[in-house]
Amino acid sequence: MERPDSTVPRPEADPPGRIVLTASDISRALRRIAHEIVEHNKGVQDLVVLGIPTRGEALATRIVALLREIEGVDVPVGSLDTTMYRDDLRSQPTRAVGATTIPDSGVDGKVVVLVDDVLYSGRTVRAALDALGDLGRPQAVRLAVLVDRGHRELPIRADHVGKNLPTARSERVSVRLTDPDGVEEVRIATPHGELS
Amino acid sequence: MKHLLSAADLSRDDARQILDTAAQMHDVQQREVKKLPVLRGRTVVNLFFEDSTRTRSSFEIAGKWLSADVINVSAKGSSVSKGESLRDTAMTVAAMGVDALVIRHHASGAPLQVTDWVDAVVINAGDGTHEHPTQALLDAYTMQARLGDLAGKRIGIIGDLTHSRVVRSNLILLRTLGADVTLVAPPTLMPSGIANWAAAEGFSYSYDFDEVLPKLDAAMMLRVQKERMSGGFFPTPREYTVGYGLTRDRLRALPEHAVICHPGPVNRGLEITADAADEARSLILDQVSAGVAVRMSVLYHLLGGAENA
Repeated sequence: MERPDSTVPRPEADPPGRIVLTASDISRALRRIAHEIVEHNKGVQDLVVLGIPTRGEALATRIVALLREIEGVDVPVGSLDTTMYRDDLRSQPTRAVGATTIPDSGVDGKVVVLVDDVLYSGRTVRAALDALGDLGRPQAVRLAVLVDRGHRELPIRADHVGKNLPTARSERVSVRLTDPDGVEEVRIATPHGELS
Repeated sequence: MKHLLSAADLSRDDARQILDTAAQMHDVQQREVKKLPVLRGRTVVNLFFEDSTRTRSSFEIAGKWLSADVINVSAKGSSVSKGESLRDTAMTVAAMGVDALVIRHHASGAPLQVTDWVDAVVINAGDGTHEHPTQALLDAYTMQARLGDLAGKRIGIIGDLTHSRVVRSNLILLRTLGADVTLVAPPTLMPSGIANWAAAEGFSYSYDFDEVLPKLDAAMMLRVQKERMSGGFFPTPREYTVGYGLTRDRLRALPEHAVICHPGPVNRGLEITADAADEARSLILDQVSAGVAVRMSVLYHLLGGAENA
């Protein structure tokens, strides 16, 4: 699954591989995504932005800050933990549960934008949709991701993509953000850590 | 950690993780749809050889909210009343293919014995006068919610310590979490060998409640277990209350910020006055509501992952 493999922070050493998105690439991508969200929604009314922990939360906060810049409105933001809805719980040791915080406005009748860092198999998004279903009935759910690396295993696609990144299944994509990682970049590494 | 038999099975990290997850479970408890799919297809059996309201029902609700199938077997009305042994009962239930047995038994060590006979996960829901680890977890959770990190907090456990299984589990867990624990009881209800035990585990004890009271961050009042008492442990109930009850006067001596806990069921007027039990500082009902969240967390940690994790 993409989450444990691709997003494990490595605070000390740089992960192997080459940089595919720099800090300014990431900023530009997020700004474009924010504009797309406003355009698609014809404004920011009824929007709720939910990040999938942990990098998705950080990205959601940044997208909401950009929406405030663009439209001058505070869009409710929260986080949606998918741990307990995963389909691979039985095949791994018990995972720590992340935080789910839903804005007071709730999700009923809202347009929910789910935000994650990497879209890969689509299983995390499937889990997020199930989790969301237990919280209420949104009017619509959209998906924004920083990187789409392909190899979907479920019929799921993103509405807003920062960068389409063709990868091999064996490659690793690591996203690091200033908050919480102290470094901002996206790297792609081949299996044996060779620098390419 | 395959089973949860003792609070000593939990490292500080384990305990912290269970308490953190319990906080998330507590949020789920406030939702309209209180159901998580984590234990779908798993079966949990509550095997209760002793009466219990809150422990059994909170394990039942916890299991159900995690989508497990939960079955209650109590001694009354089962083959136990026909003389079936613990071993046969446990093995019979396990043979049906259950994933976890939650056991309450009047004999200390019964859940540990059952682990030798069955493959299922065993959770100790109170064994004799030995341990009650999920109670200790929910007490810690409740106090932590009000007081913040328990490291360095001064917690008094007051009352019938000899007959209590809650005291041992609480002591172990609170020490694991770094709290400063003082046991208070009349000499007749203080466990024998307390001096050695206290020295070995690094906690203190006292026979004088009034001396300890003003220094506490939390006063955990234990129930006087009349059903386990066959001798004269104190002359009259009134005398117990005067020496060790949380009376109106003692309530005034308790620091403003301090909280009051009681694992229940409460003997109002004996170990705690009605005033104290109903005070804003009293966490007694919080403890009950935390019971479900903490037990959801325990079930999740023991059953949610891979078999051999």
